[in-house]
Amino acid sequence: MNTLKYQSQAVAKPYFIFALILFVGQILFGLVMGLQYVVGDFLAGAIPFNVARMVHTNLLIVWLLFGFMGAAYYMVPEESETELYSPKLAIILFWIFAAAGVATILGYLLVPYSTLAHYTLNELWPTMGREFLEQPTITKIGIVIVCLGFLFNLGMTILKGRKTAINMVLMTGLIGLAVFFLFAFYNPTNLALDKYFWWFVVHLWVEGVWELIMGAILAYVLIKVTGVDREVIEKWLYVIIAMALISGILGTGHHFYWLTTPEYWQWVGSIFSAIEPLPFFAMVLYAFNMVNRRRREHPNKAATLWALGTSVMAFLGAGVWGFLHTLAPVNYYTHGSQITAAHGHMAFYGAYAMIVMTIISYAMPKLRGIGEANCNRAQVREMWGFWLMTVAMVFITLFLTGAGVLQVWLQRIPESGEALSFMVTQDKLAIFYWLREIAGVFFLIGLISYISSFWVKEKIAS
Amino acid sequence: MSLESTLMSHSPLSISVPELLEVKIIDKLANKRLPGDLAMWFFILAELTVFAIFFIGFAIAEQLHSDMFIVSKAKLHPIAGLINTIALITSSLFIALSVRAIHLNQVKRSINLLVISQVIACVYLVVKIWEYQFLFNIGIDIETNTFFTLYFLITFFHFMHVLLGMVILLIIGINAKKGAYQEDISGFESGASYWHMVDMLWIILFPLIYVI
Repeated sequence: MNTLKYQSQAVAKPYFIFALILFVGQILFGLVMGLQYVVGDFLAGAIPFNVARMVHTNLLIVWLLFGFMGAAYYMVPEESETELYSPKLAIILFWIFAAAGVATILGYLLVPYSTLAHYTLNELWPTMGREFLEQPTITKIGIVIVCLGFLFNLGMTILKGRKTAINMVLMTGLIGLAVFFLFAFYNPTNLALDKYFWWFVVHLWVEGVWELIMGAILAYVLIKVTGVDREVIEKWLYVIIAMALISGILGTGHHFYWLTTPEYWQWVGSIFSAIEPLPFFAMVLYAFNMVNRRRREHPNKAATLWALGTSVMAFLGAGVWGFLHTLAPVNYYTHGSQITAAHGHMAFYGAYAMIVMTIISYAMPKLRGIGEANCNRAQVREMWGFWLMTVAMVFITLFLTGAGVLQVWLQRIPESGEALSFMVTQDKLAIFYWLREIAGVFFLIGLISYISSFWVKEKIAS
Repeated sequence: MSLESTLMSHSPLSISVPELLEVKIIDKLANKRLPGDLAMWFFILAELTVFAIFFIGFAIAEQLHSDMFIVSKAKLHPIAGLINTIALITSSLFIALSVRAIHLNQVKRSINLLVISQVIACVYLVVKIWEYQFLFNIGIDIETNTFFTLYFLITFFHFMHVLLGMVILLIIGINAKKGAYQEDISGFESGASYWHMVDMLWIILFPLIYVI
């Protein structure tokens, strides 16, 4: 059964499927690494801790990018009321991106990182070796080419079709994503400068332009599942992105506290970070408000659950757990501790993993020719996945927060002579790491439950 | 059909049109609804929160470094601050009158009042730039001390809000000219509310930074 309004939307399907495959990989490597925190020798020969960490974080970034691209290919034709400019280009770019991604991950796993750098001629234009941006230069160039082709395809589609606020916000976010990635090619030898510009990619992605992408996807799904007037939803979208950009861009200051930058960054960073939770809180109010004012009962209850869930978890993870350690006097102690890890986990899951799951949940039944929604049994299984993963992530965050508070207490607060060293402190945190690992296993069970929902069919009455 | 003739034709009572309009305005004023759009008020609330944190930060820093703050404040130009206070309050008055005119469907008058308000707002911009120039000339900048760090951050952030407010008023002025507020003036009220916020912030900012 063909349930797509525009046939070219179908190109989103491989992007979503590949995103979910990478998501599973990310969680498996997360579990390996989580165990290595407490059993240091576990698979240490085959997958050293630094490699597991690199694969865990890189898979996260790449699967989210696949998710965003899939979302854009699905949403833009419908919003523009026209077919995608070139479905063929979208599929070619999919294979290029997938092949480059797989080759890079295999490179991480099969050869030492320095050998990979040598093979890929890193010395000609050194960009490797920085957290999240470990990809060889050639892969980075590939990412830029894929992004350019992707933006060209979307841009041409939008130009020939209807212009909506959702498309504009989405495109602004995606163009910003590509532009800020260019700072990955700038790698100053001065460590302070290196970090300074590194944040231009990392921070301005997750606390800047990605929020626009999230806002646009959320607005799109809310229009579809609630039937509320586009004007009302778009108005809130504008307010939210205005707040997100003002607070997010100036909030970059919270990364500049200890980089030998002028003192005013401590004021700018502290104050604007303090309002970073507000756009996320607005998203909670807006998502629940729109669902309460719904004009239709959409059969895809799971997609609505993801939409509401992402707003709440993004507020908690990105908003509240972010604010927990962004005031300069607090960050003086907590900088780079497990509190950061706690925030990172819940924020990435709540804001970005869940928004991608939201659009996948909404779009997949249509892409698979099932119709508006999966059958009830499949939705129930999917919701089990939602709750298991979300509750597990709350516990992962709480355990890491406990570890972080103890770490700060033992390692950072005492005067220099009395403070424990980094590794001695890590030993004291073992109980928290074990509990985090257990919560991680529950997360994996949730993910398996979610993935398995794709194969669940309605029982035929005997 | 004009508003007046509409009112005349539908009025069962034989009272005059001006009286009816007066009743309409009083009704609107008596009705305690939130002027403008809720989304704009959420935005205003967010803006006020940022400034509130700035003001609290300033007050705490002042308590911690009171001597430095007294000496530094003396270097500011209070007359310039006073001129700006008067400029912003007056500008806000004209916006209030402009909203009143749009309530009465006097679009042209409303736009004229809005333009006057913008011209007065320009006084603020000129004086503020002059003030920054004056400080730079005597060797003061954002890194001079904690007082001036906060002075420049808070006042420049406010300056940017004045500019944003002027852009918003420009847009609603153009919309008004196109006749966009014949039925629903919510958009006009939203812009005016934002402008009132900008001058209200200055009314707190001026005594806090320049005077007390």
